[in-house]
Amino acid sequence: MRVKVISRSTDEFTRERSQDLQRVFRNFDPNLRTQEKAVEYVRALNAAKLEKIFAKPFVGAMDGHKDSIKCMAKNPNYLKGIFSGSCDGDIRLWDLANRRTACQFSGHQGVVTGLTVSTDGCVLVSCGQDCTVRLWRIPVATVTESDDGSDNSAASLAVYVGKNAFGAIDHQWDGNLFATAGAQVDIWDHSRSQPVSSFEWGEITIRSVRFNPGEPNLLATSASDRSIAIYDLRTSSPARKIIMQTKTNSIAWNPMEPMNFTAANEDCNCYSFDARKLDEAKYVHQDHVNAVMDIDYSPTGREFVTGSYDRTVRIFQYNGGHSREIYHTKRMQRVFCVKFSCDASYVISGSDDTNLRLWKAKASEQLGVLLPREKKKHEYLEAVKNRYKHLPEVKRIVRHRHLPKPVYTAARERRGKIEKAAETEENRRAHSAPGSIPRIPLRKRKIIKEVE
Amino acid sequence: MGQKEENGESNKKFLTPEQEDNDVEMEQKVKKYLRGEVANLETLQDKKLKGQLAVREELYGKSAKAAAKIEKWLMPSEGGYLEAEGIEKTWRIKQEAIAQEVDILSSRNQYDIVLPDFGPYTVDFTSSGRYMAAAGRKGHIAIMDMKNISIIRELQVRETVRDVVFLHNELFFAAAQKKYPYIYNRDGTELHCLKEHGAVLKLQFLKNHFLLASVNKSGQLHFQDITTGEMIGNFRAKYGCSDAMKVNPFNNVVAVGHSRGKVSMWRPTSAKPLVEMLCHQGPVTALAFHSNGHLMATAGMERKIKLWDLRKFGEVQTLPFHAKTLDFSQKGLLAAATGSFVQVFGDLSDSQSYSRYMSHSIVKGYQIGKVLFRPYEDVLGIGHSSGWSSILIPGSGEPNFDTWVANPFETSKQRREKEVHSLLDKLPPETIMLNPTKIGTVRSTRNKEKPTKQETEAEMEAAVAAARNISFKNKTKGRSKPSKKAKKKQEAIAKAKRPFLDQERKGVELSKKRKQSTEETELPKSLQRFAKKKATA
Repeated sequence: MRVKVISRSTDEFTRERSQDLQRVFRNFDPNLRTQEKAVEYVRALNAAKLEKIFAKPFVGAMDGHKDSIKCMAKNPNYLKGIFSGSCDGDIRLWDLANRRTACQFSGHQGVVTGLTVSTDGCVLVSCGQDCTVRLWRIPVATVTESDDGSDNSAASLAVYVGKNAFGAIDHQWDGNLFATAGAQVDIWDHSRSQPVSSFEWGEITIRSVRFNPGEPNLLATSASDRSIAIYDLRTSSPARKIIMQTKTNSIAWNPMEPMNFTAANEDCNCYSFDARKLDEAKYVHQDHVNAVMDIDYSPTGREFVTGSYDRTVRIFQYNGGHSREIYHTKRMQRVFCVKFSCDASYVISGSDDTNLRLWKAKASEQLGVLLPREKKKHEYLEAVKNRYKHLPEVKRIVRHRHLPKPVYTAARERRGKIEKAAETEENRRAHSAPGSIPRIPLRKRKIIKEVE
Repeated sequence: MGQKEENGESNKKFLTPEQEDNDVEMEQKVKKYLRGEVANLETLQDKKLKGQLAVREELYGKSAKAAAKIEKWLMPSEGGYLEAEGIEKTWRIKQEAIAQEVDILSSRNQYDIVLPDFGPYTVDFTSSGRYMAAAGRKGHIAIMDMKNISIIRELQVRETVRDVVFLHNELFFAAAQKKYPYIYNRDGTELHCLKEHGAVLKLQFLKNHFLLASVNKSGQLHFQDITTGEMIGNFRAKYGCSDAMKVNPFNNVVAVGHSRGKVSMWRPTSAKPLVEMLCHQGPVTALAFHSNGHLMATAGMERKIKLWDLRKFGEVQTLPFHAKTLDFSQKGLLAAATGSFVQVFGDLSDSQSYSRYMSHSIVKGYQIGKVLFRPYEDVLGIGHSSGWSSILIPGSGEPNFDTWVANPFETSKQRREKEVHSLLDKLPPETIMLNPTKIGTVRSTRNKEKPTKQETEAEMEAAVAAARNISFKNKTKGRSKPSKKAKKKQEAIAKAKRPFLDQERKGVELSKKRKQSTEETELPKSLQRFAKKKATA
């Protein structure tokens, strides 16, 4: 007879000293965990509910400007600072951690329409409707952080005067050039008072300009003739251009896939394009109910934030048709500029009500340093939520957002209109010769023509 | 040289079958951890979804493999066994012989507690197997710590006690007493009296759902949520009185055995049983479920134990044994007892056929009331008419516990933490269903196939026959004249026929339309507008 029975000595299965950690033994046998799927589902449901409970995205408002905020710029070399320019010619550097003004740059006479920072983080360039471009030295972080309470202000390094009012400005990612937009696109050097070169394309006003993050000589502009154009600095004329049905207010390049850019359009939608193939948008991002004013990509390239005339800020996936998140407050007015912070965890919006608002990029994210166990738990909950996101109850909770009434009604009306138009078209198609009314996807429908 | 080469070859030959064997073994283990078939991605149209699912499936495969490897190499203890040598038979080996072979620690698990005054005892273990509750019919309740075999608390309720169960941990237990069940804490303080349950015969606790299930003398089944006190379900199982009740650990469906030979399975959210099976000719005396949930054992008064496959609800095996009580161990051994004799059956050849594995007799005259395997130990607890005993059944328990599931060496801090976690993961009663793997899946949207012409005709005939057989009330004032009656009958028949005829007409119209449209497309474009006219003309 051979016999063995289970025999566990307490010493082997418990800790030796009270300072030791408790010993943990695992057995992954599915028979030990009965109803594991139900347990997982309940966890997913609870995680979805907790996410809603902890969704407090608004971190704080920063007031100080006397007029509505028109433009913002982030410093690529300094995480805590953000620049904002307002309609009364005031430019401020904000300390985001303390939510106060670190420095003021005064000099512009009218509206500050554009701000940008050189890649090395030393020079701030601004332009305004007073036909001037001003260069400012950015104070060192230690100076701005000193909490002496006195108003820090800086004088401009240089003032360059142009012929027309400027509408937008952007600095090259890797180089010493910056571009301004107005009646034409001007390329400037830091040390020259006259533009190095200018591009013109008819009697139009350029509304926005943005350099490509990958290819320093490439820039995209949008103009009042409803066009989006791509310029190459090495040639003397614009490279490519498309005309859309409505104006594009702003453009942002995807920093991780620098051939792709997204255009914020007047018609409430954003259109993602591949710069090499402009005849068709890659994605249409729809959800806003009024003109989209500004757009900025997250440094991860996976999502972008938009600010709209409908007083909301939305966050979209780079390939998602609808927004992942909507932010609004009772007091926030029309949003003119938005920026993703350089660590992809915050969103900053500047609006008509003279305030900058700081939001979390993920509404329910836990801020601060996480313990490894906390981090693991968050990851686990995220995973189960993702696994059960298709189930009706989880889906309903995760999707639910409270909307301000005007936005809700406007969205409903807009949806109704779109459905009606589709129905009309379908009727027309049914009553005309087959094939005479082709089906055009939304990705192509808003593009009128492509000009070489 | 030649010899060396030969040696090398023979080595290779020696290794390969072992490796193959290993592979087969590993494959089986991996299959266990895969939890079902790998999804067939070939049929998917959506490329994006296909890619995502392929990544998922690969991940599942990897984790299953890792778990299988862990099971093979990293488990701290191995399972027990009992092997006969020569002409020995395992069922002839006495407990005394086992006691001589095993270590002192294990041999301490063989004991008899004789308490003849407080009458037949029933026992229950916590899910970790560390604590035991024993309750005598005459009101004696004892809570014991089985690690160092010491009594934690003894109390005398001075009332009949029919059953005792632990709730989610050892701090609370419920006892079915003369008129009502009561909930006590470990110190023996009465916390609740559950009057709604009535005179309960059997209690069971569903630990994932925090439900206390009970069946009382009048065959009423109660489910009470012990966290909120809410009565979730209250059903009458009307197939004769019943004192056999067990929870299926796989899906937490409660099965009740009745005196008319039926076994009914219940969930707290439906007033009708999910399943009714006629298992025995006479009363069902005991029930037990295998931990994988596919095998049920029932014992009847006609001296038979029947094993049922719950996937097809078919009988697998009949064992000739008169069992008053049954229990499955974690490793699938089946213990049955009658009088003062315990028989343990084992699935020894992995072929779903149970045969004698061990047997044990306690003192003649003692009547065994309950047998229960102790989880995570090779121990069988026996409650009998004058106390309780414990014997060793090698190979019955799961050798490796999981600290996060049930920990026999749990500290009070770990217990507190686990209580909180288990409350957070408390399942709603709706999750109790026959196949819990359905949770989280999507119902397929496949349309129902169209019934064939014969089927619809048969249905119509049945409807017409039913209409013909309607008998009308006798009415006055000439309303029941034969002519009126005939007319009414005709109308009823026409009414029964109408939906079928409508459907048929619709189908004919649809096919006509389809035909027309094909005709149209066959014609050249200029002539298409005349096609319709031709068809009507």
